[in-house]
Amino acid sequence: MVNIDSEEIKKDFPIFESRKDGQRLVYLDSAATSQKPRAVINAISDYYSNYNANIHRGVYQIAERATEAYENSKKEMAKFLGAESYEELVYVRNTTEAINLVALSWGEKNISEGDHILISEMEHHSNLVPWILLAKRKKAVLDYIKVGEDYRLDQESLENGLEKNPKLVAITHASNVLGTINDVKSITKKAHDKGAVVLVDGAQSAPHMPVNLSDIGCDFYALSGHKMLGPTGIGALYGKREILEAMPPVIGGGDMIETVEFYSCTWNRIPWKFEAGTSNIEGGIGMTPAIQYLQKLGMENIFKHEVELTKYALDALAEIKNVETYGPDMKKNDHGGVISFSVNGVHPHDIASIFDNYNVAIRAGHHCAMPLVTQILRQSAVARMSFYIYNNKDDIDKAVEAINEVKRIFKK
Amino acid sequence: MSLDLYAEDLVANYEHPHNRKNMSDCDSSSHEYNTTCGDDITVYIKVKDGKISDISFDGSGCAISVGTASKLTDAIKGKSVSEIESLGFDFIVDLIGIDPGPARAKCATISLKALKHAVFIYEHKKPDSETERL
Ligand SMILES: Cc1ncc(COP(=O)(O)O)c(C=O)c1O
Repeated sequence: MVNIDSEEIKKDFPIFESRKDGQRLVYLDSAATSQKPRAVINAISDYYSNYNANIHRGVYQIAERATEAYENSKKEMAKFLGAESYEELVYVRNTTEAINLVALSWGEKNISEGDHILISEMEHHSNLVPWILLAKRKKAVLDYIKVGEDYRLDQESLENGLEKNPKLVAITHASNVLGTINDVKSITKKAHDKGAVVLVDGAQSAPHMPVNLSDIGCDFYALSGHKMLGPTGIGALYGKREILEAMPPVIGGGDMIETVEFYSCTWNRIPWKFEAGTSNIEGGIGMTPAIQYLQKLGMENIFKHEVELTKYALDALAEIKNVETYGPDMKKNDHGGVISFSVNGVHPHDIASIFDNYNVAIRAGHHCAMPLVTQILRQSAVARMSFYIYNNKDDIDKAVEAINEVKRIFKK
Repeated sequence: MSLDLYAEDLVANYEHPHNRKNMSDCDSSSHEYNTTCGDDITVYIKVKDGKISDISFDGSGCAISVGTASKLTDAIKGKSVSEIESLGFDFIVDLIGIDPGPARAKCATISLKALKHAVFIYEHKKPDSETERL
């Protein structure tokens, strides 16, 4: 077990070198996107400077090198996630596109009128809107697992949802608002017993905790590279081999075909069948150093570090009058590094603006989970701080200082 | 962002807004919604002899939007309709004493936008592009 040394880690991230009014950036918005280590920035620059070429078709050396680097990143990611083969990983833009790909391909083929789709009340819009759209198109029924008073999924509501024999269960691994970590392994098992296909939204789990897809057993898993030290514009959809093989492509074009005649064509093998057109090559290449950086620290250590920071922050916030937090207690090891909070009588955007004056970056709003924030938390918006490897207790102290300024300005 | 945006006066206007009420017998009104903060502001006006004889606003939002709406409705009473047509961002900067910066500009201008729309509706005119850009 290695302790995460955030001061040392900060040195690997160029963004923490700059100062504004003598203050270093305190970045507490990694749930939105993570900062990037020098190794990732350099890998992208190296590709463009030294071996920029299109992949998969060139026979010259730099094209071979680019192809290898791109495919290698998938192999790294497959190992990182405990997938059986890199062929089960489709590169897409982000989690949103991954989930939409499932809805448009698997969903179009397998969901029919009257079928049930089970999701939860804590989903991000990206694991909610595609299912609203699909349910509308197919006249299918969308059911919700409730979020309980303790900010965890309500078990009875889960059982009731499964009783309807849903065709698909789509659930987030970790909530970007509450920090709640769902037991996706047990949900997958229960859902499989009912014959459902299971999709896990891994946008907030892949960056922050050990993930082993063979162990979880889910059929699909979606992630965004930009939340795990990688570049924007690259994400992945994992799908079990036999399911991906049976799915029709959604976008047609170059690279996704095997042979084309004037009136017909045959599809390329997985995963290329789903990757039409020139890929985000720099994005793929940038994922390799990102994954290596995380692996060097160890996902177990990263998770422990974030839990420690969350406990520290929750304890500090509990001392401050008129501050409310939304998320599960820390007793069950199922609360990751996200804290949503509000200061009574102060709009969250004013909180975020005042934090900004301290060079502390937090986010305010509905966090793309409008039903959860407005109907379950009953807030028009909440403020949120989220932690990552480069954060430490000093950062949280700075946030507490900023909250006290909020309270001073608004006389709370 | 500078903390000067949260001047005591503006915060006081947020905590205890002036002219905050629904006005069912208004001559015109307009509702505006700001997606970043979820600010939700309606401005109501009464017009007499080409001048604003009464004005109020209703709704909810952040300190910048509600505080500015409160100050705006105070400042606008008695102004002529044609004068309001020409008001823009600079008027808001003068009103709150600071440029709110790009992140909060929409919050600061939402009430002016609603007011100008209400005036244009009253006059059966189409809002100009400067109003739409507020
Ligand atoms: C839980 C969750 N799912 C999905 C997403 C969507 O990620 P992206 O915008 O990269 O597609 C996010 C990002 O905020 C998230 O937190």
